[in-house]
Amino acid sequence: MAEEIPKPEELMQIKHRPPKTDWMKTPTNIRKGMYCYASNPKSVAYVDLPNAREWNPMEDDWKLPDNWQEIIHDGFKERLERFRSFKVFMDICVRCGACADKCHYFIGTGDPKNMPVLRAELLRSVYRNDFTRAGKILGKLNGARPMSLDVLKEWWYYLFQCSECRRCSVFCPYGIDTAEITIMGRELLNLIGLNIDWIATPVANCYRTGNHLGIQPHAFKDMLNFFVDDIEDITGVKVEPQYNKKGADILFITPSGDVFADPGTYTCMGYMILFHYLQEKYGFDITWSTYASEGGNFGFFTSHETMKRLNAKMYAEAKRLGVKWILGGECGHMWRVINQYMDTMNGPTNFMEEPVSPITGTKFENAKSTKMVHITEFTADLIKHGKLDLDPSRNNHMKVTYHDSCNTSRGMGIFDEPRYVIQNVCNHFYEMPANTIRENTFCCGSGAGLNAGEDMELRLAGGLPRANAVKYVHDKHGVNMLACICAIDRAALPALMEYWVPEVDVTGIHEMVANALNLPGQNERTTDLRGEDIPGMEGETEVESEEEANE
Amino acid sequence: MNARYMFSLIAVIVLLLIVWAGTAVGLQVVFGIIIPYLAIVIFITGFFFKVLNWSRSAVPFRIPTTAGQHKSLPWLKHAQIDCPTNKWQVVVRMALEILTFRSLFRNTRMSLKEGSKLSYQLEIFLWVGALAFHYAFLAVVIRHLRFFTEPVPFFVQLVENIDSFFRFEFLYPVFQFGLPGVFLSGLVLLLAVAYLFLRRIFTPQVRYISLASDYFPLFLIFGIALTGILMRYVTKIDVTAAKELTMGLVSFQPTIPEGVGTIFYIHVFFVSILLAYFPFSKLMHLGGIFLSPTRNLTADTRARRHINPWNYPVPVHTYEEYEDEFREKMIEVGIPVEKMPEEKPVEEEAAVEDEKPAQEEKKE
Amino acid sequence: MLNRCECECTGLSQKKLTILGVLVETELEKLIEREKPTILKKWFDIAIQSYDPDTAKFLSNQKDPFANPVGSSTLKGLQGLLDQLLKDLDRKAVHSYLDPIIRIRAVQAFTPSQATAFILSLKQVLREMLDKKLQDPKMAKAFMSFESKIDRLCLMAFDIYMECKEKIYQISANETRNRTFRTFERAGLLSEKKGDRPKIKKTIN
Repeated sequence: MAEEIPKPEELMQIKHRPPKTDWMKTPTNIRKGMYCYASNPKSVAYVDLPNAREWNPMEDDWKLPDNWQEIIHDGFKERLERFRSFKVFMDICVRCGACADKCHYFIGTGDPKNMPVLRAELLRSVYRNDFTRAGKILGKLNGARPMSLDVLKEWWYYLFQCSECRRCSVFCPYGIDTAEITIMGRELLNLIGLNIDWIATPVANCYRTGNHLGIQPHAFKDMLNFFVDDIEDITGVKVEPQYNKKGADILFITPSGDVFADPGTYTCMGYMILFHYLQEKYGFDITWSTYASEGGNFGFFTSHETMKRLNAKMYAEAKRLGVKWILGGECGHMWRVINQYMDTMNGPTNFMEEPVSPITGTKFENAKSTKMVHITEFTADLIKHGKLDLDPSRNNHMKVTYHDSCNTSRGMGIFDEPRYVIQNVCNHFYEMPANTIRENTFCCGSGAGLNAGEDMELRLAGGLPRANAVKYVHDKHGVNMLACICAIDRAALPALMEYWVPEVDVTGIHEMVANALNLPGQNERTTDLRGEDIPGMEGETEVESEEEANE
Repeated sequence: MNARYMFSLIAVIVLLLIVWAGTAVGLQVVFGIIIPYLAIVIFITGFFFKVLNWSRSAVPFRIPTTAGQHKSLPWLKHAQIDCPTNKWQVVVRMALEILTFRSLFRNTRMSLKEGSKLSYQLEIFLWVGALAFHYAFLAVVIRHLRFFTEPVPFFVQLVENIDSFFRFEFLYPVFQFGLPGVFLSGLVLLLAVAYLFLRRIFTPQVRYISLASDYFPLFLIFGIALTGILMRYVTKIDVTAAKELTMGLVSFQPTIPEGVGTIFYIHVFFVSILLAYFPFSKLMHLGGIFLSPTRNLTADTRARRHINPWNYPVPVHTYEEYEDEFREKMIEVGIPVEKMPEEKPVEEEAAVEDEKPAQEEKKE
Repeated sequence: MLNRCECECTGLSQKKLTILGVLVETELEKLIEREKPTILKKWFDIAIQSYDPDTAKFLSNQKDPFANPVGSSTLKGLQGLLDQLLKDLDRKAVHSYLDPIIRIRAVQAFTPSQATAFILSLKQVLREMLDKKLQDPKMAKAFMSFESKIDRLCLMAFDIYMECKEKIYQISANETRNRTFRTFERAGLLSEKKGDRPKIKKTIN
């Protein structure tokens, strides 16, 4: 390519302004940094998914079954019957273009095939050819094209460039949800063994050990024990988490990312501190489970069936332990699964009771069927009833903004609980611009199983709109902490911030809760959970005035 | 040159020539009676079967897009429309969606200022254009009921009165525009269609995604509106004769009266084509929007269980299998177990070890 | 879109009247100064045209900086760079304008030359604008020295591009390392005391 350099304009115009080819004729160029590695055959085989084999997307031969076209066609047909959403969304798009510039991957990469409408057209074109009369007769003129290897590769490349964040569905006049189309598309790809390892291996791990990382029960407990020690170092209080305890009141499930990867680990310590506080003060009885040690569900990014298989553990464990209800940690897609699918798939749950906070007596009526409560609902309720002894000045060194995770936002509707909690545990909170938060929130760029290392450029480009909004509040208000309630966010946003706004760090909500929470019998707290000195509190007596560091 | 809209344009021109030639050789019966009947039959059955076909597909999960605060703690303000939890709230959400294109309007809500410039003008046009188009179309359809009813129902009169509210007249000797009261809807329809077409041509993103089947109905509707306007204001067709024909159609005593010109047949033919084309095209969004699962479902899945009609049992990794694999390690660190180890033969463990899935760190 | 830069350049610093030919040079710069909005517009268009045509239109039309970070960062950056070229290139200031543009291009589908080439196209824009005036040898000389400033800018852009690329690899390497390291450690395969465990925050930042 180097020989084409002579004149910059030439280079730009020749290289970048291709003759206006129709999108159907524009070949897919699988680019390094934009795709995730193919799945490890062992992982695929472990959960009995089809066509486990070594393959490489960069090679021409994808080692597909001979009748792959038939498999895709039949799978397509079956899903049209099973999912009205799929069938209706295939038919009613008018291509008005309202969604086109709403996708963070389009905004960040500039690749027109990342416009939601076009991502969906990748499938629609085949749908028209295979299942509609007009498509069969008019062919390409009607936007129909037969399934071919090139189309398949295009599917694979672009369906794994969608984080199923649903932002486009907010703006669609018919509510067409590209996430739903991506979900179906990925199911179809899975039928012929086209998966990515970042999803397949966590799925296999989760199936076997209960969590995505393959942490075995003893190691899981060891990890939490590290946190017990750390917490003792920082607060002087020894917390005592319970494991697999039969007859506990409540079962706690959080994504394993919190147990394993910084900065999620601090959020995990936050949960432990909160539970200990409640146990000391109010006799709260909650247990962790090593069997259901994963809230996240990468099965959701594979197929509905795989999602159900992994999700089944939550209710099974609640039943075995005989708990009254389940409390769920901070996670994005875990909560989309719980909210949209869990009860339908693996319920009913008559072996549990309607969730009631044992401390405040609040009935969580909105969770009376799933019997699973979000921890920010639980904590917000505690704060509202004045049950927590909080000193928000211990978070004064943080200027916080809040990133609404796409799944909990557009797949659940949890907006105000986390904000209420944040505003009660820290003194400096600033919102990002209105078109980048709440239901308009931008994805971290790494959702739906795309937070691998090899697709870093995709992640950084897709996360640009989010980072750009963070940069704005950083420049304007000096924000240095990005709070979120999603484990994938906590894993992915640090990389994003490091590239775009290196001065900003990432935290979960309960890390800040625990920083602020006064434990009975605690030491003088001079450091936060990260072991870093709290400015103004190093070694001196506890400063009570919360205005100390305010501007 | 864009093959997609050229094809649609040519298709519409060919249709025009067909009906022109047809009426010239005296095929009035075909274009005034047979084709309209056929079209209406195709429209009704096609529409019916399409909707039936959609409703035959299951709704396995409740997947509404939650665009506002869910109903949780009583002291947090619940966004009743954007995150509806009961049927009435859903009805309101759907009504706003269908009557005001609320989601499309969101396009503008997110706008900010850059420097001193407002950024939303262009965005709001789509919403305005779409609203203008659909309401004008509705008004035109209602007005046309006059041709199919005797006596004319009061609401048709009402719509006509509102529609011709802005009465303005040019009184030239030759060009007596406004003599029959001008209906705003026809003009708005024409303008809106023109806008929607130009948008597809000039907004590159939209041009990129537009198919022939996006242009075709636009040309067709443009043709319908244009012929309608010509008939009313320029060529001044014999309205009584036209009504005789249309009343004949609805009373199943079809006749071909004298005095309706070719342009009338073009108008009727285009409408027939539109009706027949409707059920097989994207125009079915008219029916589809009512069935869109991200909008027409309640967002209260955690409070009320949704039933999946095809829910089937799946293989799961049970706790027993899990404990069998890890029992010793669990006991070692003091995690409670169901069964004590002596019951478990040693060979089994080795067998399970082989099946370990690949670990994270084995990545390239 | 381009009006804003006018107010920014009113505070333009005075030229140093120390070297020979400075008058002509000032004349050239005055000329550029006067035509700045036009130059900027052309330059921006060329930079944006390196994207797919359909994307380019979006980038230049959507004014909301949050809905269109690529377009707005590019425009803002180019404005600043043009100002800098009229002054002495201040390394720090140039970096602050160049970085946001290159940082974006480094994660998009560009080769290194494509990612930085837009800088050199400013020469083309200026040549077209000056056209006949360049026949004046003094002017041509002044222009040559201005061009070499553009060259310097381009080299700086390449540095930034490489920094960004290295950063990307470092981020993914760190991620992998931290994940693996922590797994090993937690699985008890490493013997470090817990006090030794590196905080990821520290290793990343």
